[in-house]
Amino acid sequence: MAYETTIGLEVHVQLKTRTKMFCGCATGYGEAPNSLVCPVCLGYPGAMPVMNREAIRLTVVSGLMLGCEIARWSKFDRKSYFYPDMPKNYQISQYDKPLCLGGGVSIDLEDGSEKTIGLTRIHLEEDVGKNTHFGSSSGVDFNRAGHPLMEIVTEPDIASPHEAYAFLQTLKQILLYAGVSDCNLEEGNMRCDVNVSMRPVGSPELGTKAELKNLNTFKGVFHALEYEQQRQSALLARGECVVQETRRWDPERGETSSMRTKEDAHDYRYFPEPDLLPVVLDASQISVWGEDLPEAPRARRSRFAQEYDIPAYDAGVLSADRDVADFFEKAVSAGGSAKAVSNWIMTDVLRVLSETGRRVSDLPLTADALGGLTKLVEDGAVNMTGAKKIFSVLVEEGGTPSKVLDDLGLAQVSDTEALERMVDEAIAANPKSVADYRSGKAAAAQFLMGQVMRLSRGKANPPIVLEMLKQKLDQ
Amino acid sequence: MDISGLTIRQASDMLSSGACSAFALTTALLQRIADVDASIRAYASVDTAFALEQARAADDARAKGKSSPLLGVPIGVKDLLNVEGQPCTCSSKILKGYTAPYDATVIARLRDAGAVFVGRTNMDEFAMGSSTENSAYQVTRNPVDVDRVPGGSSGGSAAALAAGEAVATLGTDTGGSIRQPAAFCGCVGMKPTYGRVSRYGLTAFASSLDQIGPMTHTVEDAAILLQVMAGQDVMDSTSLSAAVPDYTQALQGDLRGMRLGLPKEYFVDGLDDEVRASILQAVETCRDLGAEIVDVSLPHTEYSIAVYYIIATAEASANLARFDGVRYGQRVTSGRDPVEMYGATREAGFGAEVKRRIILGTYVLSSGYYDAYYLRAQKVRRLILNDFEKAFASCDALLTPTTPTPAFRMGENTGDPLKMYLSDVFTATANLAGICALSVPSYETAAGLPVGLQILGPALGEEQILRVGHAFEQRRKVEA
Repeated sequence: MAYETTIGLEVHVQLKTRTKMFCGCATGYGEAPNSLVCPVCLGYPGAMPVMNREAIRLTVVSGLMLGCEIARWSKFDRKSYFYPDMPKNYQISQYDKPLCLGGGVSIDLEDGSEKTIGLTRIHLEEDVGKNTHFGSSSGVDFNRAGHPLMEIVTEPDIASPHEAYAFLQTLKQILLYAGVSDCNLEEGNMRCDVNVSMRPVGSPELGTKAELKNLNTFKGVFHALEYEQQRQSALLARGECVVQETRRWDPERGETSSMRTKEDAHDYRYFPEPDLLPVVLDASQISVWGEDLPEAPRARRSRFAQEYDIPAYDAGVLSADRDVADFFEKAVSAGGSAKAVSNWIMTDVLRVLSETGRRVSDLPLTADALGGLTKLVEDGAVNMTGAKKIFSVLVEEGGTPSKVLDDLGLAQVSDTEALERMVDEAIAANPKSVADYRSGKAAAAQFLMGQVMRLSRGKANPPIVLEMLKQKLDQ
Repeated sequence: MDISGLTIRQASDMLSSGACSAFALTTALLQRIADVDASIRAYASVDTAFALEQARAADDARAKGKSSPLLGVPIGVKDLLNVEGQPCTCSSKILKGYTAPYDATVIARLRDAGAVFVGRTNMDEFAMGSSTENSAYQVTRNPVDVDRVPGGSSGGSAAALAAGEAVATLGTDTGGSIRQPAAFCGCVGMKPTYGRVSRYGLTAFASSLDQIGPMTHTVEDAAILLQVMAGQDVMDSTSLSAAVPDYTQALQGDLRGMRLGLPKEYFVDGLDDEVRASILQAVETCRDLGAEIVDVSLPHTEYSIAVYYIIATAEASANLARFDGVRYGQRVTSGRDPVEMYGATREAGFGAEVKRRIILGTYVLSSGYYDAYYLRAQKVRRLILNDFEKAFASCDALLTPTTPTPAFRMGENTGDPLKMYLSDVFTATANLAGICALSVPSYETAAGLPVGLQILGPALGEEQILRVGHAFEQRRKVEA
């Protein structure tokens, strides 16, 4: 019997707020343990939560970006379970009335087609602390406890590890565009639980699922799913059953192992959080929050391809990062041709970013400067060799392209008298090449051209030189 | 100086006229506590140095021109309200040695007003009980009859007043924990409207029911204390934004023009004859003061105890989950993993009644039982509120007994939790409905035991019930 894979994801995303979900403590990563804490986020007796309105806004913005229906009335609930990293031994979460319902994420499949992964819901909750185990003792750092955490739950629409990977990449891109999270995986901004099961092809019912935990990278999700797919297929092929359980992914060993079975499953005993009022959002509030919504990455990609007449691939690369896409559009509006600006970004700017690990907004090079540089080349004020030198200065030190051009003395020589002298000199000094050319070796002209460029210290306008050379040699 | 029975008003007058200093007053009170508390055991702890330091600061502030009705007035605080730097044991072993790192909002407000915190009053562990016999540390006796309980859970706060070792105290009321001990000890106790007083810093028992309230010698004192305690607090999302009226202004005149209801469900079988007689006499007094008395019905009253013990225990099971030995309080380190550590810590740290309620609460929230218990209880809770709203559409306040019986004997109900729970039968409804309620001393029994007259008012109807309570109190004192 042939089987197909069904995958659903629960993605936890730390929201980018200044303070925690229910108290005034700053959010932060890498600070001294237990330095960002107070009676509220430590769960001290008598402390009470107060809602962070910005976290509500960021969740609603995420929901709008992902096409969700925003609940006019939602509430928080207590989810009870004991764990040392959980200050109150209940987590304030949302059970049956989440902030966002429905929605979806469109992904590109390997065959070039498009597929939409449906979302079940998005809810808001508080993050827990972090346990660290030492030799004979353990410590808990509660700095992270109470950080606003958005949980995005998909429908079981994902059919392969590749789709899961593409979904996560696309989701990350959208959330970065929306500015709701830094989506930094190393800092745990995005964490993922996976439900995976297999069923006979065409069966309407889902197979028995395994829930995978400890997935902190997208690659990890991909590999864990590949492993799990094989494990479950092998069981089914032998006529055995898949056991419903929670399994832990071990990235070192590249395999999953059982953590707990269904019988050990928690009963979270949800009930409405009596310390918080329900969240009531009216239509005008939601539309105000929706006003500053950025264009979605996919829409921007299509627009780039059409509006700027650049290849789909280039449009995809340029729109992948919102800052880069903004940079591109700004540089074009500063006077550069779209194709030229695109080339500069795709080859030079992105190389610098990947080499230095910086963000485009951190570069001394401004979009206006890149646009201006492109224009200098197009106007013939500098050739590409010179332009590359100017780019290097702009990217290190900033400044305006024309100023750097003057400082470096790179202005292209288009003055025909000066060029003619150099062309004559090159012809006089290389009789053999002249002879070669005249005997039909066209490549010899390139050599002579190089000689002229050398004499001009790279500043000669190549098309004019070539024209002049040909004229004189063909005489 | 005889401070026994001294009211806030009297103390305030003495302090502002210069008849005595806050230091002298506090010293006298500490002496009184030293003299009588060994037999009453109302206080769980008294921090003499801390009390005198605050008293001195109050005197300094007055010398610099500050004035406030509470400046220099000593207050006893129930041992589950957080006062920075002070213990907050909740009468539980699990919080033995715990020091509060912050002030509850009411404490901060009273501190700003210059009140002097003299000590921590004993209580039933985590406010779970009706006799203060559930304290892990000590048994508090009823000063009126030391063989009887002071009521609970704010038994220490009530007994301290009755024994003349407090000017005023703070209690908390989840199902009657202020009013019932006030009734048993013959003092005034008020449960404000839910949300009128911030709960921030009150160690939660049942979050949707808990309120902090004043316990005092007189209704006027309750008004003075509530004035400072009440008002919206950004730290408590459930606190109400309504402006705080001048409560002492409400304490004027007789009861002419007021319509008071007698809910028939509060005068049923099981109500002690002497209590019934006392309350009916109080009703006649109110009629005599000009009130119109009408019969009303609150038909869902009979479900209140069941509903109360489902909702309160459900919330408690989550609220008390934080006491795990990880971050504060006692920890029992035996066990191989965190789960065993929790088990050992909570087994040793919690008393029997607390465990019973955590288990009950865990059960009613469990998968498969939630709808039948918790969800249904919430629906009936709504019906109980509807009953009150209907009654208050035609009445300014309702008059009932605070408790079915006068103070019972020590140990009388400890073996029968259900019987103990029934002592909340007339008080829990106000918490479920979120309305305000006041217990004032009514006519005593033949044996001289206090009886409480409960005055129930609508949400934010504090002024009405204070007016009724004050008018009745004044007339009763004249009669006596």
